[in-house]
Amino acid sequence: MLPGKPVFLLTDILIFVLVLSIVSFFAYAMRKPHLRQPWGQVVRSRAGVISMIVLAVYVAIALLDSLHFHPVLENPAADSTEVQYSGEVISVFDQLVSGLRASTEKTYSAPFSAHLYAKETVQQADGTRVRVYPRLAWGAAHLEEPHTQKTADILGLALTGALKAALVWAVLLVLWALYLSARTARAFPVAFRTLFDGRSEVPWRTVSVTLGVVLLVLMVGAEWASKYHVLGTDKVGEDVLYQALKSIRTGVVIGTLTTLLMVPFAIVLGIMAGFFRGWIDDVIQYLYTTLNSVPGVLLIAAAVLMLNVYMSKHAEAFASLTQRADMRLLFLCLILGLTSWTGLCRLLRAETLKLRAVDFVQAATAFGVGPMQTIFRHILPNVMHIVLITLVLDFSGLVLAEAVLSYINIGVDPTMNSWGNMINSARLEMAREPIVWWSLAASLFFMFTLVLFANLFADVVRDALDPRVSR
Amino acid sequence: MIAYIVRRALYAIPILIGVNIITFLLFFVVNTPDDMARMFLGQKHVTEVQIEDWKTERGYHNPLFYNADAEGLDSFKETIFYTKSLRLFVFDFGRSDSGRDISFDISQRMWPSLAIAVPQLLIGLLVAITFALLIAFFRATYIDYWAVVICVVLMSISSLFYIIGGQFVMGKLLRVVPISGFESGIFGIKFLILPVLIGVVGGIGSSTRWYRTIFLEEMNKDYVRTVRAKGIAEQTVLFRHVLRNALIPILTGVVVILPLLFMGSLITESFFGIPGLGSYTIDAINRQDFAIVRSMVFLGAVLYIIGLLLTDISYTVVDPRVRLG
Amino acid sequence: MNDRVIPWFVAIIACLLGACSEGAWNNPYPNGEKASNVIYSSFSERPKHLDPVRSYSSNEYQFIAQIYEPPLQYHYLARPYKLIPLTASQLPQVRYLDAAGRPVPRERHEAIAFSEYIVSIQPGIRYQPHPALARDAQGNARYLHLDAEDLKGIHVLGDFTTTGSRELTAADYVYQIKRIASPYLHSPIAGVMREYIVGFDAFREQVSALYGDSPKGVWQDLRGIDFAGLSVDDRYTYRIRIHGEYPQLVYWLAMPFFAPMPWEAEKFYSQPGMEERNITLNWYPVGTGPFMLTENNPNLRMVMEKNPNFHGEQYPVYGEPQDLENGLLDDAGKALPLVHKAVYSLEKENIPYWNKFLQGYYDASGVSSDSFDQAIQFGSQGDIQLTELMQAKDIQLETSVRTSILYMGFNMQDPVVGGFSERARLLRRAISIAVDYEEYISIFANGRGIAAQGPVPPGIFGNIEGEAGINPYVYDWLDGEPKRKDLGEARQLMAEAGYVNGIDQASGKPLVLYFDTPGAGPGAKAHFSWMRKQYQKLGIQLVIRATDYNRFQEKMRKGTGQIFQWGWNADYPDPENFFFLLYGPNAKAKHGGENAANYQNLEFDHLFEQMKNIENGPVRLEIIREMTRILQRDAPWLWGHHPKAFSLFHSWYKNVKPNLMANNLLKYKRVDGELRDRKRAQWNRPNYWPLVILLLVLLVSFIPAAVGFYRREHGTLK
Repeated sequence: MLPGKPVFLLTDILIFVLVLSIVSFFAYAMRKPHLRQPWGQVVRSRAGVISMIVLAVYVAIALLDSLHFHPVLENPAADSTEVQYSGEVISVFDQLVSGLRASTEKTYSAPFSAHLYAKETVQQADGTRVRVYPRLAWGAAHLEEPHTQKTADILGLALTGALKAALVWAVLLVLWALYLSARTARAFPVAFRTLFDGRSEVPWRTVSVTLGVVLLVLMVGAEWASKYHVLGTDKVGEDVLYQALKSIRTGVVIGTLTTLLMVPFAIVLGIMAGFFRGWIDDVIQYLYTTLNSVPGVLLIAAAVLMLNVYMSKHAEAFASLTQRADMRLLFLCLILGLTSWTGLCRLLRAETLKLRAVDFVQAATAFGVGPMQTIFRHILPNVMHIVLITLVLDFSGLVLAEAVLSYINIGVDPTMNSWGNMINSARLEMAREPIVWWSLAASLFFMFTLVLFANLFADVVRDALDPRVSR
Repeated sequence: MIAYIVRRALYAIPILIGVNIITFLLFFVVNTPDDMARMFLGQKHVTEVQIEDWKTERGYHNPLFYNADAEGLDSFKETIFYTKSLRLFVFDFGRSDSGRDISFDISQRMWPSLAIAVPQLLIGLLVAITFALLIAFFRATYIDYWAVVICVVLMSISSLFYIIGGQFVMGKLLRVVPISGFESGIFGIKFLILPVLIGVVGGIGSSTRWYRTIFLEEMNKDYVRTVRAKGIAEQTVLFRHVLRNALIPILTGVVVILPLLFMGSLITESFFGIPGLGSYTIDAINRQDFAIVRSMVFLGAVLYIIGLLLTDISYTVVDPRVRLG
Repeated sequence: MNDRVIPWFVAIIACLLGACSEGAWNNPYPNGEKASNVIYSSFSERPKHLDPVRSYSSNEYQFIAQIYEPPLQYHYLARPYKLIPLTASQLPQVRYLDAAGRPVPRERHEAIAFSEYIVSIQPGIRYQPHPALARDAQGNARYLHLDAEDLKGIHVLGDFTTTGSRELTAADYVYQIKRIASPYLHSPIAGVMREYIVGFDAFREQVSALYGDSPKGVWQDLRGIDFAGLSVDDRYTYRIRIHGEYPQLVYWLAMPFFAPMPWEAEKFYSQPGMEERNITLNWYPVGTGPFMLTENNPNLRMVMEKNPNFHGEQYPVYGEPQDLENGLLDDAGKALPLVHKAVYSLEKENIPYWNKFLQGYYDASGVSSDSFDQAIQFGSQGDIQLTELMQAKDIQLETSVRTSILYMGFNMQDPVVGGFSERARLLRRAISIAVDYEEYISIFANGRGIAAQGPVPPGIFGNIEGEAGINPYVYDWLDGEPKRKDLGEARQLMAEAGYVNGIDQASGKPLVLYFDTPGAGPGAKAHFSWMRKQYQKLGIQLVIRATDYNRFQEKMRKGTGQIFQWGWNADYPDPENFFFLLYGPNAKAKHGGENAANYQNLEFDHLFEQMKNIENGPVRLEIIREMTRILQRDAPWLWGHHPKAFSLFHSWYKNVKPNLMANNLLKYKRVDGELRDRKRAQWNRPNYWPLVILLLVLLVSFIPAAVGFYRREHGTLK
């Protein structure tokens, strides 16, 4: 299926484990009315559906970017008959946007520009030298006279993109309406109208409009990106849009895997402390107070220093750059998890203490049900909402934290695409005149969008799941 | 009361020992005493004998945790862990890898950190409480709705943006304040304006939203309804009753971070060239000076524990019903 | 409601209070320092060592070269570089001796066993005021016998109330050379000097035997220990005896390593309790130079002020022909130093640094790559000129090719890229062609540099210009300039080496190489990805192993790296100082020398030994040519580039001429304080209207809230 030999990075495996477990949780939850009810509330809220759609786009990119493989070498050694694979590791996403990936220029160019951002000495035919802004190798290369043609061309591309988006949108809506009409046994026109009817229970109108906007942005962006550097290029001429898109995976992995990695500890220890109490409780409380006392950033710094030393002592174990970067990413998730599991653990402990006193648990204990069984049957399902709330609440904070940590060089590997690394290298560009703003703006914007919708989503989820915030 | 404080302080000891073990492990997993000796003795022509001498001189010749050669209690006492960690408890941090005395540097550098952190905290609190109160007053109106949206938007912007943007606009375009630097005394105030302002703006979204929830929770309580039912003006209700009662959770939430103000802010300080503990830590991280990182971890842990203790005490002060048992 | 306004209000009030009433609001210096004769500069990293035997980097020399005075110095204006006496009364006299100690003439190289340098210094030179030299009423040393009680209340050196001085003697110079040899001070040049100075190792052993067991903090008095190669003739004369010939020694005598050190200072700083207070020789220098360090706060600023005891020196009265018209001789004959104070502020981030320079708060600036376009444009003939923005500010530009090289080395011990097998050599040559340094210079240095053809930079004897000087394995000579060979040729070489398209024919696997580099700062990513792209051209995968500088050095020391990038800055203007980086006995892994590539070629080593001791001339040039050819064939380095230094400075900053050898330049500089104040005031008018408008907008936005409030109140009353 993959155009090459698959590579399974640790974070890839973990992120798909996470996706699987979330899917199976929902499959399970959909069959239990009391678990299903709060999610219905999420879907019924307008902010909920908007943010879900936007987040879905981000997650889809992250997942595509998590399928890695060694591409087949185009021109292998003459005397070998078997297929040769390049040592380079790329992802399905890279393959999809291979145009962007390959379209490097020499150095900076502004968004939509046809020329480099810096003058260069060019030798003319008559031997004299002039300082000019050279044309880009790739951006707007199809235009003969960029000055006069560019605006029209950009608008034309936008129109094409918009038409494509409209087409896809229409097809999607019709399919969805067909499904709705089949399910609710209503006539198709009625079902179709509900999609634009503001009064339906699920805000279908919001869904359709958001979907339309997202499709429009994607399609127009893709159209533009096929001919221009939509967000310009960076110092070595790499497309900034490509970098910003690649950074999505880093952000999403840090935001989700960190929580995933800490959840088992938090659940086991939190429930144990709350359920068994006594000395177990004391030990666990001691453990998390101690860990909590260590300032998080410093713990991360110390741990990353440690990893650096370890990796340079065991250089042979990390053959490729991708592996090194991946290892560091995973380690960062682990250590971030270590600094943040204590909060969840404390919450779970308190909740378990409460549940323990509830009559059905008491009854179960009285009937001689073993502690493990009680925990699995009664406690665990009833604390899962806390885990989920933590997962969504922590997400945005972790994405922001990545940027700050990378900024002080204790974040992800410097060769990895991440918003923090982009900002880190962009800060020097702010001193240029004329100012190079697009790298910084792109990374901040992509990060802002993700965090904003994650925050909105988190609010909705918390309102729906947290029994204390009942409306 | 005093007995309680004493008990809590005693309880802090095992926690600090735990923190110590963590930092100790982190330190020595990477840096063996041999590495340290080589670092100190320079890199050329160092003989094994010199390294052994150096280790003996500084007490690094013992095993890390357990000394099998010694007898009884001494097998724990004659270890690096015992000898080195005891010194941390009296805040003797030793020397950094570059040879400077860490305690001295810390005592010098905490003042600039405080000069930034304290005004930032106070102004931030004042502004956030005011906003939250206003929003609470207009609860369930369009003002409330949009204020919350703006808060979420502000929360979603990276702190790096505030710093880079603030420096660019205020320092470069408007030339109102120096771009970076630090000075003690009254003259130094103009250096503080920008970092403090940026800190306040950066934190305003989340704290306003959080305080709003606290105010709203308070306003839904029975006593407020009773008071309001008596026909007392809304602003009186807000200021007299709601504000006063809501301040308890707000302030006790603040108390826990008070001691940590000493630690300074990593990013702000390094960006504005402020010689505080934050930039000290960053420098240490970048230069991989483990001795400093370890000391800062320990200091941070101590301050955090003090913060917890202060929180408990402040509960009894603001609310006489709470008894510490 | 006005609380939103409070931060602004506080800001403005504070600004008014804080001496902002006059002068610019954004002035980072106290307003008292108006129109004064002070230089404002910056440093980006806290110096590690200020002890002249240990310090060996330009950011440290920025300070200590103004404080410590070696016997010789470079003439500020004259070119080619020329040594002149500093504290010496004349250039050192050299005697050549045979094995029995009898004088022999210079020409009989084979008979020379020792050379003797006789240095005589001027009488009457005095040290800066310093507590170590303080004496009480009885004439006894005031602070050399301190105990814990005496040190109460002492935190910095300035807390010692009394200071003193004494005359500089030849013994102080000898004492310092002994310090270079002392095993406990780890001088970076000890390895070089032990090859030359007679009795170096014996002295080292004696010191070890005497002080090896003594605990730290005991003063190691080196005065009484015998050093065969050093002798003091009289109060003002001393001799250094070296093995064989080493004409480069005089250049070393112009470096702070050979500056005088009073023994009192070492004794003073080694007293118990001093190190705990960070009062060490490494932090508080004591010298005879024109300046002394009066504020030493590496977290914030370093301040140097004029040394009141300075022996006096005049501004040079001659220079190159164009110096007169450039105004560099306006101050000829005036007493140095020309400024009385220099303030160095810590500036870690690039943006604030550059902006403060533009605002006039730093007198001079290097041009970082990112502000380059703002500062400099190229004329239609490729000539360099300042942009209009810079010209409007009357900013001046000075350029020069630096006597340094930034190269990429191969570890010759490595089984893949190293060694002298034809296969490895071809691989190295292929890489040499593929890594496009012209592009590197244009991207990362904005064209400020020239691609290197061999190890010797322009401006130093042995650099050959034109067609004869090109590296024939990498360049062709086309249309009067070197042109990098085609990539196809590199691929051909790869195929010959058995790596068709980067696939190792032996194993069938792609070739993976490792690039070791310190530093992961901002900009590193762009650098790395460019580097990967270069190797990718040949199908080679480059794995970048970024670590910190310590680990990187460790790797170099152990010789476990594969490909690395490093640089070398000339210590003195002699080709020996570059070729020794590839001299076999200097191999880093084996001998701890500076030859990080661990290149060991007997033929080359032999030529090096010949070249080193002869004077510049056709014979020497021919040997150097031969050596360069061997190096180009073996390609242990990609020769990288020689950077060009562009420095910008303001119109009030006078007497700027790039001198790449001398470090003690501060004393020649002058500033026009009044002009500076005028320009600063003109450039830094605060632009506060946007803030006022913002304030108003905020106030207005509260109107609906206020109205709502009023309505609600009104409503409840109804």
